Amino acid sequence: MKKFKDKISFVIDKYLNIIFPAPTVIILFIIVIFPIIYNIYMSFNKWKIGLGDPEFIGLQNYIDAFSDPRFWNGLKVMIYFSGLSLSLEIILGLLIAVYLNREFKGADFVQTVYVFPFAATPVAIALIWRILLNPQIGALNYLLSLVGLPPSLWISSTKTVVLSLVMVDVWKWTPMITLIVLAGLKSLPQDPYEAAIIDGANTPQVFWYITLPMIKPILITALVLRSLDNLKEFDIIYTITQGGPGNASETLYLYSYKTAFSFFNGGYGSTLIIFVFLIVLIFNMVMNKVRYRVEL
Amino acid sequence: MSKKEKQIVSKILFYIGIAILIIPPIFVFVWMIMTGLKTGVQNIEYPPLFIFKPTLENFKAVFQQHNFMQYLINSTIIAVSATIISILVGLPAAYSIVRYHQKKLSIGILIARMTPFISYLLPWYIVFRRLGLIDTFTAMVMTHLIITLPMVIWLMIGFFENVPKELEESAFIDGCSKTETFLRITIPLSMNGIITASIISFIFSWNQFLFSLILSGPRTRTVPVAVYNFMSYGKIDWGGIGAAATIIVLPVLIFAFIVRKKLVEGLTAGAIKG
Repeated sequence: MKKFKDKISFVIDKYLNIIFPAPTVIILFIIVIFPIIYNIYMSFNKWKIGLGDPEFIGLQNYIDAFSDPRFWNGLKVMIYFSGLSLSLEIILGLLIAVYLNREFKGADFVQTVYVFPFAATPVAIALIWRILLNPQIGALNYLLSLVGLPPSLWISSTKTVVLSLVMVDVWKWTPMITLIVLAGLKSLPQDPYEAAIIDGANTPQVFWYITLPMIKPILITALVLRSLDNLKEFDIIYTITQGGPGNASETLYLYSYKTAFSFFNGGYGSTLIIFVFLIVLIFNMVMNKVRYRVEL
Repeated sequence: MSKKEKQIVSKILFYIGIAILIIPPIFVFVWMIMTGLKTGVQNIEYPPLFIFKPTLENFKAVFQQHNFMQYLINSTIIAVSATIISILVGLPAAYSIVRYHQKKLSIGILIARMTPFISYLLPWYIVFRRLGLIDTFTAMVMTHLIITLPMVIWLMIGFFENVPKELEESAFIDGCSKTETFLRITIPLSMNGIITASIISFIFSWNQFLFSLILSGPRTRTVPVAVYNFMSYGKIDWGGIGAAATIIVLPVLIFAFIVRKKLVEGLTAGAIKG
């Protein structure tokens, strides 16, 4: 009996590099790879979910997308929303991190508070923002009036709706960028700073010529990471505006969701999803190239 | 001004800056709790009330009229199950990635993280509908694994890398098999990491909205969907939303506080090391 047990453990040891990851590989294949393949297949079909069988139509869905004004609108909103929110989060995150990068009483408290916005349930937070942004009773318009500024229509106007959503996204994610960059700043070598101070460099010079070049790889990493989620932001936009008013805040990702689950257009929905996937993929590949170059 | 006075002034200015930086995050959470503590009339008053007599009516209503306890239990069942499975399956995988440098597998996991969730949702919706699995815990836990399993593996890779190889080697020389070494040496040494990974995995499953929106139903509805549904009851019940949001967010904040040092690492896992 003992021999048998020994034999089993011998076999497991020998093939540990296959046996240990096997369950993960199987699960990932079932829950991840299968849907992706299915999605690609679906995108070549015309299919109303629940009505009949899929009908193969080749590239028709892809061709249709290019003449679909809502597709272009989705792309535009996506670029507007993501471009603006990502840049603001990176810039503000960096500046705040530099500001916090010193020893002071309450540093721990600040860092703890900064964990809460991005940890908290997005839907719950988005609903509270919906109250704050309400043009009639919202606290934000009241705060504007306190400092003598005119009220804004926020999410009720096509002009300000994306900006309002950017504000919520920036509120939620700038703290994470701050904490990432802050951790990076703390690990930087101190010698270049000492040398610069001896040479009489002022604060902006130190920031521009010493801190920024050294922190660049971490900034780009933070940007890549944030873009993974930002380009497919769903919870906040869906909860606060559902893409409205009109289609003014409907990103491509939200449009693909609606196509599949509100209009039950399975084939075209899959096609739109693949466009989103390609955008995320291409952006990541480009950023990885940039990061690689910066690190050299 | 003397040098000392200058120092004091600059210190005061610095702390004013700190106040400006922490008021926005705190304000939203305070507003959430205040909304939950106001009556329906108080919530639509303008200018908004900052001082008022708090009431617990909304919190009572959330539990009594909206069956919130059920949703909290559902969310807990799903998050705990997804986390336990992720730990059981993910630990050996992470260990193998670290010890055998399985780069391809780690890239596969990164792809799982990169893919838009909707591309999983549509195929799963179709399959689950055929199998009659919509609104079951099986479907919910399976789809939540898409999020928690890669998260746990990425985190554990980091923790396992910090376990000294020498300890494992000496156990191996003492006659332990590799599996025994993993179970008796590596796992106990990584216990803090495992707890951290479990908590982060729980938070991510708890917060998940999109999968639950489509795949859950009256029996398995989770808290994010339940609070979202407060919007669709015609007349918007702001007080109810505030109370429900507070109840959902509170456990997350407590957990986030416990793992605050590791949370950023969890979110950046895999990316920083590239």
